[in-house]
Amino acid sequence: MKEEFNIISNLIEENTRVLDVGCGNGDLMKFLQENKTKDIRGLEISKEKVQNCLSKGLTVIEGNAESDLKQFPKSSFDYVILSQTLQAFLNPELVINELLKVGKKVIVTIPNFGYWRVRLQLLFKGTMPVTENLPHEWYNTPNLHMCTIKDFYNFCSSKNIKIFKSIALKKSRISEINKSNLNYKNLDSHLGIFLIES
Amino acid sequence: MNKNIDTKKIIISNPLKLDCGKEINKFPIAYKTYGELNSEKSNAILVFHALTGDQYVSGKNPITNKDGWWSYVVGENKPIDTNKFFVICANVIGGCMGSYGPSTINESTGKQIGTDFPIITINDMVNAQYELIKYLEIEKLFAVVGGSMGGMQVLQFVANFPDKAKLAIPIACTSSHSAQNIAFNELGRQAIMADSKWENGFYSNYKLNPDKGLAVARMAAHITYLSEKGLQEKFGRKLQDRDSLRYGFEADFQIESYLRYQGSVFVDRFDANSYLYITRAMDYFDLSKQYKGNLSDAFKETKTKFFVISFTSDWLYPTSENREIVIALNSIGADVGFVEIESDKGHDSFLLDVPSFLKTLGDYINSTYKVINERRI
Repeated sequence: MKEEFNIISNLIEENTRVLDVGCGNGDLMKFLQENKTKDIRGLEISKEKVQNCLSKGLTVIEGNAESDLKQFPKSSFDYVILSQTLQAFLNPELVINELLKVGKKVIVTIPNFGYWRVRLQLLFKGTMPVTENLPHEWYNTPNLHMCTIKDFYNFCSSKNIKIFKSIALKKSRISEINKSNLNYKNLDSHLGIFLIES
Repeated sequence: MNKNIDTKKIIISNPLKLDCGKEINKFPIAYKTYGELNSEKSNAILVFHALTGDQYVSGKNPITNKDGWWSYVVGENKPIDTNKFFVICANVIGGCMGSYGPSTINESTGKQIGTDFPIITINDMVNAQYELIKYLEIEKLFAVVGGSMGGMQVLQFVANFPDKAKLAIPIACTSSHSAQNIAFNELGRQAIMADSKWENGFYSNYKLNPDKGLAVARMAAHITYLSEKGLQEKFGRKLQDRDSLRYGFEADFQIESYLRYQGSVFVDRFDANSYLYITRAMDYFDLSKQYKGNLSDAFKETKTKFFVISFTSDWLYPTSENREIVIALNSIGADVGFVEIESDKGHDSFLLDVPSFLKTLGDYINSTYKVINERRI
């Protein structure tokens, strides 16, 4: 978690306007507030988590990214962050489009379904993968649209979404993803972090 | 209504131009304060009351001898902690607890003003209370807070005085009174005016009180403050002090007895004309219309931080209407937080012991106070 926060924080310029979509209990918001910018908002669907955030004094709105991002004007945030939530939406493509409208830049992090530990479980055990990063069973997972680093990379190029920076994370090791190492990074990383722009 | 009450009162000498076109001057505002104003005058919270509320937010209400209407929220060690904050609450104009209203005595005639009182609006109420803030020499409030009609006043206050509050918390309210809400208010007014003792609003001249009509108005309104689930769970079809139906029109059911009781205690503390005037003010409230149909424009000038709260079972001021406020604020990039609190207590949730509401509200106010003080805005 800490590494992901650090990477995201390093992608963000100081004193900019940030929206954290699916902000959970506000841990990333707090981290960014202490390290980067005071001007940060959150959107979260769970009442309980929204209340936790508000209790900490964070500015969070209860709402659903699929329907409630519309209320923000175009380019009203310098950065919009979607941390490990994309796979849980009914319509991830719509959400990405909304994020790109609301934010000048968008940071998306995805748990990589192409990670070798994930692949091995399906290949050898023949069961849906359960890992540290993807802890749910198939019958109770909130994840509806799992994807791999390569899937997301290809998605961006097919939709003409500019990738400014793509970073792979394995445990605490950080590396850049590019076209030539894509297949390797897709196998060897548990998390992908993308800085994109429409 | 005109009993001796332990409250402070000031006479506003600045003339106040009302929305109806009339001007009032040298009018009284009754208010009460709790806690102490700190030396920087940075800890003041103005609480706005709802339709039938008054300045007795906390502690014992000297009129009813019951706890103040927001005792769960305001007081020592409560979410709005009076050990820390200086809380001010004024009776709205149009009210009957000492501020200028239809039961105020006209000095030239020695009689109550009655329906010669001008029609007032939420805007007028807020402008009158701003005079009190000036009188108390508070340059900037830490927060303006209120539920229901109090929430409408919060919105109007920030629209009128964009740099006078650091934080605004409108709760269970709307930016524009809906047809359904106008309909219920009209029902209440018609009940009062249909009472033969109303005498076109001059009942006090005849030593009368349209208490039957006012009680019916309160009973009807009280239903709208609850939820179907809450009513069903609390009362169901339970009978009142009897084992079987009596085949008559007495209060067989507990819910009937409860409503009758609510009606009867209300008439002892509230003036029928005030009920007419204040419900009218609510009906006239349409903040977006004041800004040519664009609610966002009401808040364009402000840096005030907002926290909007609604309740799941509130069908009088539903979440959708509270959300419209959030949407209008977001569309201009204002600093706004929002949560819908789970509760089956209906619109009344904001007045009751709803732990997740009280905790979230208290934590939010306290952590925001800390942040704002640290930043010394």
